[in-house]
Amino acid sequence: MIEVKGITKRYGSTTAVRDLTFTVRPGRVTGFLGPNGSGKSTTLRMILGLHAPTSGTVTVDGRSFGGLPRGLRHVGALLDAHDVHGGRSARAQLMALARSNRIPAGRVDEVLAEVGLTAVAGRRIGGYSLGMKQRLGIAAALLGDPPVLLFDEPLNGLDPEGVRWVRELFRRLADEGRTVFVSSHLMSEMEHTADDLIVIGRGELIAAQSLAEFAARGTRRHVTVRTPRPDALVDLLTAAGASVTSYGERLEVTGLDAPDVARVALDHRILLHHLSTENASLERAFMELTADSAQYVGADLPSADLPSAGLPSADLVPADVSPADLTSGDPR
Amino acid sequence: MTYAPTAPPAELRPRARFRDVAAAEWIKTRSLRSTPIAYATTAFAVLAFNLGTAYDSVSHWSARNAADTAAFIGDGIPLQHAYNGNAALVLMLALGALGAFTIVGEYATGTIRTTFAAVPARSSVLGAKAAVLALVSTVFGLLLALASFYGTQAILGTKGAGIGLGDPGALRIVLASALLAPVSALAGLALGALIRHTATTMIAVVTVLLMLPIVLTDGRYLSALLGHALPYQAWLRLAEPHYVSPQFGWTQSGAWTVYAVWALVSAAVAVVSVRRRDQ
Repeated sequence: MIEVKGITKRYGSTTAVRDLTFTVRPGRVTGFLGPNGSGKSTTLRMILGLHAPTSGTVTVDGRSFGGLPRGLRHVGALLDAHDVHGGRSARAQLMALARSNRIPAGRVDEVLAEVGLTAVAGRRIGGYSLGMKQRLGIAAALLGDPPVLLFDEPLNGLDPEGVRWVRELFRRLADEGRTVFVSSHLMSEMEHTADDLIVIGRGELIAAQSLAEFAARGTRRHVTVRTPRPDALVDLLTAAGASVTSYGERLEVTGLDAPDVARVALDHRILLHHLSTENASLERAFMELTADSAQYVGADLPSADLPSAGLPSADLVPADVSPADLTSGDPR
Repeated sequence: MTYAPTAPPAELRPRARFRDVAAAEWIKTRSLRSTPIAYATTAFAVLAFNLGTAYDSVSHWSARNAADTAAFIGDGIPLQHAYNGNAALVLMLALGALGAFTIVGEYATGTIRTTFAAVPARSSVLGAKAAVLALVSTVFGLLLALASFYGTQAILGTKGAGIGLGDPGALRIVLASALLAPVSALAGLALGALIRHTATTMIAVVTVLLMLPIVLTDGRYLSALLGHALPYQAWLRLAEPHYVSPQFGWTQSGAWTVYAVWALVSAAVAVVSVRRRDQ
């Protein structure tokens, strides 16, 4: 179990993480989601005691990890697959780690076999692909058979087979009762992996709940309409209390359901080419929630059909959900 | 969920031992191909300077009789040939860089985070690095100093002008040259642990180990005092066969003390430097 209580981290005048509070429970895979630069890696480093929080506390199974003499039997961590010396072999890298924690050398061969690197264990890591380095990092995390595991973007560079393998591994580790905390900036990666989600943006907590609860939030409906007279319909729907986003002839309507939209159109003799109710995907819910906290946003392309992370959140967040509701921590 | 594993309780967990961390650092040192290449290149350069100078002396031999040869030995020239200043400077630069790389190499590659996540007691890691580095560089320095001594004396011996390790001053020069290796390596480690960036650390190593002792001359009191506090000048003092004290002179035991203080303070700086800072 990882307990993060009110941690804030400032680097000079930059606040990387602000008053973050959440708990990562054992027996579950917990996804740690946020756009690039939202403070995920900083938070993971604070859990591992590599960075000291400016204020607040982090404990792993009730203790501060940084105060432990040896770490591998408590927490296994993959922070960055590149955090290895390219001149060493995978076996030498794992042997050094194992020895520092008094883990028997035989365990190195076990984890090498587990991640499928046995055949290449004697080769220099510098020649490994990113996917192989991820496997090596996972092997290092497993060395101490720890109850808590942290993985920072572990799916980067893995092929589809590797992704499937990692998901099954996380599931198995969680089923064994371990705490599995996995960061990602892509919701799609977590959708089939995580039980719980911690979502942050700009260093602040946006959501901490189960995937099912998060998905329910994302399934608020919107209605898609196609009409040759979009301008007239936008005015009528807005007057009826809906909020409408216009993509040329295609309109996305929230606040009214499909029969209501049809009634408005019929009353005013506006032809509809298409009318459907759609559930937002998890990906979309994530993007909506983090829309105004994404740090590095590309310029908006005009009339893009995809929801852009740069759109003002007021268009996307339904009227009945205030920003305070979206924050399960201190709404401030 | 009824079963929630935690780390094994303290009594079942093997006790944390410093020597395991040291053994891990030894595995790291050993498993990099660049380590033996760097030591071998250094040995080649040092031997080239020492044996080359001795060979040069022999090939331009001017002593015509036994009295000339006795004067050659009496003036301490075989001792000067045993390990010369150029060789000492190359040794310091190379070992300073090697020492620095044991830590800045980890920062540059990011390995340091993997290391500290495995051993949260960071000072133990730096202590282990210092211990392994001191041991390896001392053995290396000693072998190199002995090879230089016996090699140069064998070359001088062709003219009957070689001396043995038992001759006055011989052991002192061999030991001073041998221990210059760990002193330089630990200084490099300390600078690397403080600075953490490769290029800046290298500039600092060159400045502290090579430039300062050349700039700080014996002419004025403060300059002499500061200069005498540096390892290269300590080596010069110990390697001098017949020291003639200038206005601000110093003793051999003073020079040995400089060696000891540099080694100990460097190790302490390295150990303390990782305590508070974010990694």
